[in-house]
Amino acid sequence: MSLITTILGRLVKAAITLLAIAVLNFFLIHAAPGDPAAVLAGEAGAADPLFIAQLRERFGLDQPLYVQLWSYVKNVLTLDLGYSFRQGMPVYDLIAQRLPATLLLTLSSFVISLSLGIAFGVAAAARVGKASDSVLTTIALLFYATPLYWAALMAVLVFSVQLGWLPGFGYETVGSGYSGLARAWDILQHLILPALTLGLFFMAVYMRMTRASMLEVSQMDFVKTARAKGLSGPVIRRRHILRNALLPVVTLAGLQAGQLIGGAVLTETVFAWPGIGRLMFESLEARDYNTILGVFLVSAAMVIVFNILTDIVYRIVDPRIGAKS
Amino acid sequence: MTDAILSIDSLTIDLPIGADRPHAVEDVSFDLNKGEILCVVGESGSGKSMTANALMGLLPDGVTVGKGRAMFDGKDVLTLPEAQKQAMRGARIGMIFQEPMTALNPLMRIGDQIAEVFAAHNLLSGSERRARALALVKEVGLPDPEKIIRAYPFQLSGGQRQRAMIAMALALEPEILIADEPTTALDVTTQAQILRLILALREKHGMAVMFITHDFGVVAEIADRVIVMRYGQIVEAGIAKQVLESPQHEYTRALLDAIPTGTVPELAPITTAPALEIRHLNKIYRTGGSPFRAAREVRAVNDVSLTIAKGEVVGLVGESGSGKSTLGRAVVRLVTPDSGQVLVGGVDMAALDENELRKQRHRVQMVFQDPYASLNPRHRILRTLSDGPMAKGVSKQQAHKRALDLLEIVGLGADAATRFPHEFSGGQRQRIGIARALAMDPELIIADEAVSALDVSIQAQVLELLADLRRQMGLSILFITHDLRVAAQVCDRIAVMQYGRLVEVGPVRDVFHAPKQAYTRELLAAVPGAGWAMEKEDATA
Repeated sequence: MSLITTILGRLVKAAITLLAIAVLNFFLIHAAPGDPAAVLAGEAGAADPLFIAQLRERFGLDQPLYVQLWSYVKNVLTLDLGYSFRQGMPVYDLIAQRLPATLLLTLSSFVISLSLGIAFGVAAAARVGKASDSVLTTIALLFYATPLYWAALMAVLVFSVQLGWLPGFGYETVGSGYSGLARAWDILQHLILPALTLGLFFMAVYMRMTRASMLEVSQMDFVKTARAKGLSGPVIRRRHILRNALLPVVTLAGLQAGQLIGGAVLTETVFAWPGIGRLMFESLEARDYNTILGVFLVSAAMVIVFNILTDIVYRIVDPRIGAKS
Repeated sequence: MTDAILSIDSLTIDLPIGADRPHAVEDVSFDLNKGEILCVVGESGSGKSMTANALMGLLPDGVTVGKGRAMFDGKDVLTLPEAQKQAMRGARIGMIFQEPMTALNPLMRIGDQIAEVFAAHNLLSGSERRARALALVKEVGLPDPEKIIRAYPFQLSGGQRQRAMIAMALALEPEILIADEPTTALDVTTQAQILRLILALREKHGMAVMFITHDFGVVAEIADRVIVMRYGQIVEAGIAKQVLESPQHEYTRALLDAIPTGTVPELAPITTAPALEIRHLNKIYRTGGSPFRAAREVRAVNDVSLTIAKGEVVGLVGESGSGKSTLGRAVVRLVTPDSGQVLVGGVDMAALDENELRKQRHRVQMVFQDPYASLNPRHRILRTLSDGPMAKGVSKQQAHKRALDLLEIVGLGADAATRFPHEFSGGQRQRIGIARALAMDPELIIADEAVSALDVSIQAQVLELLADLRRQMGLSILFITHDLRVAAQVCDRIAVMQYGRLVEVGPVRDVFHAPKQAYTRELLAAVPGAGWAMEKEDATA
């Protein structure tokens, strides 16, 4: 089967899956107690039943559930994610506004954890049994076991509050009026702590997996063949062992990539990072149905897209997949 | 014997502390002469592979050269610094390995893997390397060279991969080629082709070959000289013909005697009542079916009919992919055939539903190829032997008693019952496997390559056990094997399978001495040392 037919097939399945997820989310949200009208009315300080009824009518919440579902699905199909009454703007715009910050955070943490994890894993495997290997694996175990929010708080305390090296919260310095390179530099400084904290866990996971996988592959027959050819140690490690050892790491990286949008709620909250994660959290508290559903849908789409991307990458690195005939 | 290219002098290889013996190889001395093929023969654990690995500087971690020298071109290759060893590997000493399936990097194209040999020694430019790789692929007789160099290992058959391995080993025209059991994992006909290829290449390039094998048939086929090793020591060395015809050491004689020959046993009296009747059996495997593509079909079993009488042993012989294992599995209903009948004692195993099948399963039992993987490592032997009968409804007491009896019968003794599988050797485990099959009082036993994973001397013992059991209990056995010599030793009749069809069925004597089909003749001719075995048989007759 050629790559293109595979991708087409996957895309068709993805569209169906996504629609099913949208419907499921809709019911899930409506199963939760409370509705936005009650919350809005409560915040306005008026629990007058008439006012609440008016609000419900305005938002269409007085309609039967299946009518609400139908209009939701219709809107989703036309890429209209509805209006956030809470934030007073279309959900689509809201997400588009928040998405860059989240992607910047999660993608940098993804790249950091993947590259450092693999590099440390290779280094540890090359020194297996030696003191430096033990040090690396112990540190990895520590990162692996540390709760994310604790690491985040400690990072803020140490590097921001105590040492004052890096800003401890926010996306950029508010009211600084930076532009161009100066602004990029400012954002980068804000990015370092949250990106590193978010990446620690996966870096540890990648390192442990790369190390174990390298050691396993180095016992295989073809490595002996490579040595019998007269290849040098570094060449064998790079060309024969590493390439084969990376296959399971690719699988895992695909899993992490799927969480690029939804996986940073904690980090964004601790570091006051204005991303999707915080938007989701705020919307949940405010019963902002439309926004929650929008975020859910975009997250789900991301998971599916990265699953497909992982499969494609997998087929490129491993010729055996998809070419069995 | 003056033009020794490599001379090994009192080589001792130390095993790590805690191994079953202190030395893998002890005080071994021999010469490898220019242009000769020297076969190093021995069973597993004899130290033959360790010797080769020591020469290449490829000993596993913890295993070290204790003492001795290996002089090659005026230098001791054992004490060369690593950089020089690396320069020597591939360029002056080439090596090929046993498992062509795993000895190639699965993610690299064949051409790149061959070209890499030149790169490793900083020879030639990129395009020259590719051109040489193509020439090498042609030289080792791979079909469609342009396509092969762009192919990945998984797209090649076992024999083709071994040819690719040989191409790599020969790339820099080494003076010495070390071949570590290069044909053991291959089918007979493929094995014969690879042996011919090695002979032809030796003729052309004049390299010396150190050929490690456990198979005296292979020795008879290609060796100039032979060294026989046991427990890390050389027990006999000499010209191939001499060693084969008049072995001096008792171990060599024992090894030679253990080889199943074409000697045909007397026909056992056979009753007419069938233990197994296979009628028009079909099994088709479909792979890769999807909405975008039609499924690919493989007729693994194609309209096969075969009868095994009570007390008869029928050998099912064929190469890998011939469908012999699928046929065996269909009889046990591990695979469900598409059509046809499998009558065991009058019950059609192919037509039973899940429930009925579970009740009838005991009628046919299987002995598997891999004695290591086929026993549950967490169960003691007693449990392994009694779980089956108890599931059938036999009382715990009776099942245990029967298990102990069976352990005596297969020659292990009742005290084996409380032990775990890892405490036994391969041969002993296969005895347990046989006892496990017998515990169910089956009407038929399927032995699927049951002795293929064992050393020759162990193989002979297990075959003897099967022959004994068969005499005592009147067992009916379907004996599946790729090894014609083994089949000849234990079977009454032989069925030859090719591409899912039975091409020839007949008494062993007829099939061996007067094969009717071309394919059977081809198989017989491909058996290594076939000519030599015939002579041996004539001499003993």
